[in-house]
Amino acid sequence: MRRRVVITGIGAITPLGVGADALIERWSAGASGIEDGLGRCAAFDPAQTLTRKQIHRSDRFTQLALAAAAEALAHAGWADQLPCAPERIGCVIGSGVGGVETFHAQHATLQARGVAACSPLGIPMMMPNAAAGAVAMRYGLMGPNWCVASACAAGAHAIATAAWLIRSGEVDAIVTGGAEAGIAPVVVAAFARMQATSRTGVSRPFDARRDGFVLGEGAGVLVLEEAEAARARGAAPLGELLGCAATADAHHLTAPDPTGDGPARAIALALADADVRAEDVDYVNAHGTATPLNDRMETDVIKRVFGTQAARLPVSSLKSAIGHLLGASGAVEAVATLLALRRRIAPPTVNWAEPEAGLDLDYVPSRAKPLRAAADARPAVGISSSFGFGGHNAVLCIAA
Amino acid sequence: MSSPETTQQSLEQTLFDAIAEIGPDRADITRDATLEDLDIDSLDLVEIAQLVQETWGVELDPQEFAGVTTVGDALDVIAARVLVL
Repeated sequence: MRRRVVITGIGAITPLGVGADALIERWSAGASGIEDGLGRCAAFDPAQTLTRKQIHRSDRFTQLALAAAAEALAHAGWADQLPCAPERIGCVIGSGVGGVETFHAQHATLQARGVAACSPLGIPMMMPNAAAGAVAMRYGLMGPNWCVASACAAGAHAIATAAWLIRSGEVDAIVTGGAEAGIAPVVVAAFARMQATSRTGVSRPFDARRDGFVLGEGAGVLVLEEAEAARARGAAPLGELLGCAATADAHHLTAPDPTGDGPARAIALALADADVRAEDVDYVNAHGTATPLNDRMETDVIKRVFGTQAARLPVSSLKSAIGHLLGASGAVEAVATLLALRRRIAPPTVNWAEPEAGLDLDYVPSRAKPLRAAADARPAVGISSSFGFGGHNAVLCIAA
Repeated sequence: MSSPETTQQSLEQTLFDAIAEIGPDRADITRDATLEDLDIDSLDLVEIAQLVQETWGVELDPQEFAGVTTVGDALDVIAARVLVL
């Protein structure tokens, strides 16, 4: 029998606040964490959870990961003691651009003051695997450890990779997620030149007025455990990661394949992996970037995979409230999906008001609505989709 | 170029403040504290050498800290380079 993967702890630092509860409560209420066209974690103070030395030695994306991990591990009951031998606990944390603020600052130092002034901490702070390394060092996690880099799908790919490591028997527990602090001038400029980001600074997924994504920062971390081991130690699972899948478009460096074949296959494979039928899905947490191409393609894909069920399926995008967290988005969205399922609600697509021809799903405008599963005792089932530049697609299927 | 005001005491204050920026509590930083106890490693020593360069204009190879075990030892290495000028 296949080893099952349960979620026993979650943590999130997002533009909606510090903590997973702040994320789900504020998003459900239709709040937005976007200010001046950017999704910054304004309430995040690294000194609340990190030592001065940890702060001095880490880029902001690692600090966000450490803070989200602290919440997740405390939530899982790991704060004082790990649940099993540290060699059996892994850590896989994704990032899209790594320590780009550090890179930017060090390059400025090099230009202005030369080689001798460059920090010896430059490389260990900017490397995208710094977050995974720092979390492992902080908690003594000695199993498989690395970073997944697949742009905007990195967080979801990290979680899928973590689940596969548990299933394969490589680990019994794993800390996973994604972290990003990419609001550096060079990143902002580069996305703007691609015309990927919103000129109006408003994130309007699936709305006729959508004009690109809003750049955000943050981190989401989940503690995954093999179900039997979690039960044996008396842990109370928050939910189960029923299945996951990853595919590639093999089409274009940045544009989604207009046929949607790659994402459609990823959703279908994730449902098959989870042994869930399309009609049993209660909620879709969309990639929903608010780019003209993504939201049309994703709508078409949902209709194709879910068929006649698509019309009754609530589909919402967290990016409407916090922007696009790049390599952290899939992880933060997994946390939000889990909490939405637990609360039996579909949180809203904030800012959605104007329909576009063909974009006619239930995008949950304005306010959260109860899930169909609210009426019965069965677990609610949701999927969370993430698609990255490079044609990377990852889909997670979660029950709670 | 050592400023005329640089004394053993001001050098110590500057160094202790710099070490505190790196991480350890200011109260734990004494001449007798070991680098190990303060969790000061080779990367930190490179930063301290950079501070010496920026503050006193003295180029200090981090290798010169080889064999140093306490803050006082490090201070002596720096003082030998900075105060003699």
